[in-house]
Amino acid sequence: MTRMAATRDGYGQALLDLADNPKVVVLEADLGKSTKSLHFRKAHPERTVSCGIGEQNMLLVGAGMAASGYIPFASTFAIFTERAFEQMRNGVARPNLAVHLCGSHGGTHTGTDGSSAQSIEDLAVFRTLPNVTVLHPCDDVSTRILTTRLAGTKSPSYMRTARNKTPVLYDDVDPDSIQIGKGIELKDGNDVAIIACGVLVSESLKAADILMQEGINASVIDMHTLKPLDGQLVDRMVERCGAIVTAEDHNVIGGLGSAVAEHLVANKFAPLEMVGVPDRFGESGQADEMLDLMKLSAKYIVEAAKKAISRK
Amino acid sequence: MSKSIADLEEMARKCRVEIVKMVHRAQAGHPGGSLSEIDLIAALYATRMRIRPEQPDWDDRDRFILSKGHASPGMYAVLAEMGFISHEDLKSYRVLGGVCQGHVDMKWCPGVDFSAGSLGMGLSFGMGCATAARLDASDRRAFVMIGDGEMQEGSVWEAAMAAAHHELGNLKVILDRNRIQNDDFCEEQMRMFDIPAKWKAFGWNVKEIDGHDMTEVMEGLDFLEAPENCNGPSILIAHTVKGAGISYMENNPSFHGAAPNDEQFHQAMVELGEVEA
Repeated sequence: MTRMAATRDGYGQALLDLADNPKVVVLEADLGKSTKSLHFRKAHPERTVSCGIGEQNMLLVGAGMAASGYIPFASTFAIFTERAFEQMRNGVARPNLAVHLCGSHGGTHTGTDGSSAQSIEDLAVFRTLPNVTVLHPCDDVSTRILTTRLAGTKSPSYMRTARNKTPVLYDDVDPDSIQIGKGIELKDGNDVAIIACGVLVSESLKAADILMQEGINASVIDMHTLKPLDGQLVDRMVERCGAIVTAEDHNVIGGLGSAVAEHLVANKFAPLEMVGVPDRFGESGQADEMLDLMKLSAKYIVEAAKKAISRK
Repeated sequence: MSKSIADLEEMARKCRVEIVKMVHRAQAGHPGGSLSEIDLIAALYATRMRIRPEQPDWDDRDRFILSKGHASPGMYAVLAEMGFISHEDLKSYRVLGGVCQGHVDMKWCPGVDFSAGSLGMGLSFGMGCATAARLDASDRRAFVMIGDGEMQEGSVWEAAMAAAHHELGNLKVILDRNRIQNDDFCEEQMRMFDIPAKWKAFGWNVKEIDGHDMTEVMEGLDFLEAPENCNGPSILIAHTVKGAGISYMENNPSFHGAAPNDEQFHQAMVELGEVEA
């Protein structure tokens, strides 16, 4: 039986893992219960700064602390990180201060809260900022490992986590195999490569199983780091498979698909099909219902794979 | 604090000369707000800031955050007076590759603690510096200068609320109340009503002074360093004149962000006592 977990829980656990470092501090904007920073708050209230419902202030309090030698981890819903975009741009990214921003409840998979809470553009907007690393891990194990790695970096980051549980893929893996900026090949195939992030990684594995039943052998990549993109891995997929699909619970404009497309057009080229939110807002629905409504679930990834192969 | 009032007034006069020179040379920039703030910043640096100009990144230094980062010529002039940068560096204002970027930038200029330029950000950054100082059990302070027009940014009030909630007695704000913003007088753009009452209601120590009377400025800085409620953040509301010291710039919204021409430059140098009429 596959263990199910939410990536936000991996984030909360990682903050506890990092607590031995006295320079690690946590910043909250009244959503610690949701983003899971509350565990750190309970254990280390003296190193947790409540910023109330004030995301703009939170980002820059983080900047001031980073400039004073601390390692701030700030979190709120992905959608509300966007409210502080210019603070992230001008006060964090521009002076290259290592503030680590986590946006939980990203994507339409967030579900019944509806479109106001379903960020579909966070990865795109933060990807445009120089100096900022952008991550969207797919399970709690990799989220935990990647979050702890962020503490050792010297530049800011944005990580999206998800509200709802998805299959855990990395129980018992060697932690060294999970590194910022290095995609992970979960399945080795040579007909088409499916490059996915976040909750669509497990959907992509399902799609690969369906394709296999039809005699199509797909590679599946967990591209947990959107920036810097693992271009070498993309190149290898192009060489081996000759057809690429990207899959993300994010507007099809600006996210992983765009990042891969930007790489392809400047390097080794292959037909690309992008599975993503079709440039529309979401609505209230269960997580699985949303993936179907937005044409993101496994069957749509299968369709895209066949189309990409047909374009070889 | 060995400097006399006369010494501070002379330092501010020299800074005014540099401000006008910088803006004239670049034919761009923000003289009005630089001239309104300069007596305050000069006195703060010359008599209060615990800093090491030869070691600008000293961890335990007091921080100064010019949140109204466009008024950079004023800060650059003071940094040159204090020895963080040279007077020659002032010629790099708004010049490609220069340490004196258009708006103050911590990545370019020694002694600049925050890259400002977008209004409403410095107080939050200062709160972060003050929070870090407390975690370090250090007595270093975070001084932040904001403008009055800047208070129209909602994020200022996020920070004001949060700093009082966290009882950051080591956070000290100077408000340059010069009554003019980019387009016009503040009163025309967005009335702010009772500013001291607003800050008091947010839980801050508040004092008002004339920001060009050096004796009052020193009393104001005394207040900032030792406010009535030492567990609370403090704000010194300094009533100033935009463009102070240059007759044709004073209270003139046109000189928020415009450079003097050659004739006006000469007149300014005369008024500042640099050249004969």
